[in-house]
Amino acid sequence: MALDFTFLTWSVISNLVLKGLLFSVQLTLIAMTGGIVLGTMLALMRLSGKMWLVRVASFYVNTLRSIPLVMVILWFFLLIPMLTGRPMGAETSAIITFTVFEAAYYAEIMRAGIQSVAKGQVYAGYAVGMTYAQCMRYIVLPQAFRNMLPVLLTQTVVLFQDTSLVYAIGAYDLLKGFEVAGKNFNRPVETYLAATVLYFVICFSLSMLVRRLQKKIAIIR
Amino acid sequence: MTFTWNWQIFLQQNGGGQTYLGWLMSAWGWTMSVALCSLLVALLAGSLMGILRTTPSKGLVFIGNAWTELFRNIPLLVQVFLWYHVIPSIFVSLRAVPSFVLVVFALGFFTSSRISEQIKAGIQSLSQGQRHAGLALGLTLPQTYRYVLLPMAFRIVIPPLTSESMNIIKNSSVAFAVSIAELTMFAMQAQEETARGIEIYLAVTALYFVSAFAVNRIALFIESRV
Repeated sequence: MALDFTFLTWSVISNLVLKGLLFSVQLTLIAMTGGIVLGTMLALMRLSGKMWLVRVASFYVNTLRSIPLVMVILWFFLLIPMLTGRPMGAETSAIITFTVFEAAYYAEIMRAGIQSVAKGQVYAGYAVGMTYAQCMRYIVLPQAFRNMLPVLLTQTVVLFQDTSLVYAIGAYDLLKGFEVAGKNFNRPVETYLAATVLYFVICFSLSMLVRRLQKKIAIIR
Repeated sequence: MTFTWNWQIFLQQNGGGQTYLGWLMSAWGWTMSVALCSLLVALLAGSLMGILRTTPSKGLVFIGNAWTELFRNIPLLVQVFLWYHVIPSIFVSLRAVPSFVLVVFALGFFTSSRISEQIKAGIQSLSQGQRHAGLALGLTLPQTYRYVLLPMAFRIVIPPLTSESMNIIKNSSVAFAVSIAELTMFAMQAQEETARGIEIYLAVTALYFVSAFAVNRIALFIESRV
């Protein structure tokens, strides 16, 4: 069959596709920020040495990591309206789901980051009179972030790819934008191809940037 | 809020005269079939591409790298749609291929990019001397791979391959998007028909847990044997 992309005019793109792209980016950024904050807290809990904190955090991380993301999306879409007692849009539900879900993955990265900081540094902090919280805040976490920055960003590229799974609850993301355009003009093949190319260009460029950053900030030990 | 469990829902029949329990079990079968067939595709393609990336030939390295970057940087769901909607309409001869096969290739090639990374890392973790020794003994390059490098590299990569095998079970859930009757599809449809979402989702989630756990045990068994 002959491919025909002429229907993808600027007005189609700006009305249907950009709206979706905007949501995908928004979802990625919110879930990244929220996920890293929540994930860091979970990592600190897992390394706190307090048995019940360790248990709670391990349960959270291990459970979410062993369920397919699509099922987590469906679970939250079902449970949130049941618990709050009022309906919730697919987009809001997706934002909450991704923040909670990604936190489990960021937590494992941050745990590795915190463990990458030599123990002697914490002892040094205690020796100069810092509390546990101060040690973490001023000595360990800044270095953990720096060491793990490339991995955190790689996870964010994966997160951006995973946002396409909001398809399961019908949220309007980048993929949905292309799909709607394809349905409107009866050109699904062209729009899926265009979606593939756009996703690839975005993710590939981001991966390349992360790789360059990794070379730049690598500490020579 | 009061909630009452209703597990008997699984004994009720759906429109097609099948109990929900029966449907759940057949859905589990589909999930495992998709996952295991994809794993086979992923292991074959991923090993080949991983090996190519460690050869001395620049052309082969480029092919391996391009393959890996291509399949790693497109979301899985988009790849599934690509196989399902785009490829059959461009290659007309593929129209008769069932969607199960298309999903297996989509998931298999997606995972192959990750397996190729691990195979490459496994081979590169071996000392260069091993390769040189093989070649110095008069083995050809394929023989060096077959008898010297790969037997060691595959043992090294068993743990990361285990976690990929568990990932592939989770990732097989995207097959719902092209109407494969697997667990996630079952969850969505049975939830809609019965409005007993919590029981349905709990059962499906439990089966995903059990499957991933089983794969983990099998992998540990293999690891202890090699």
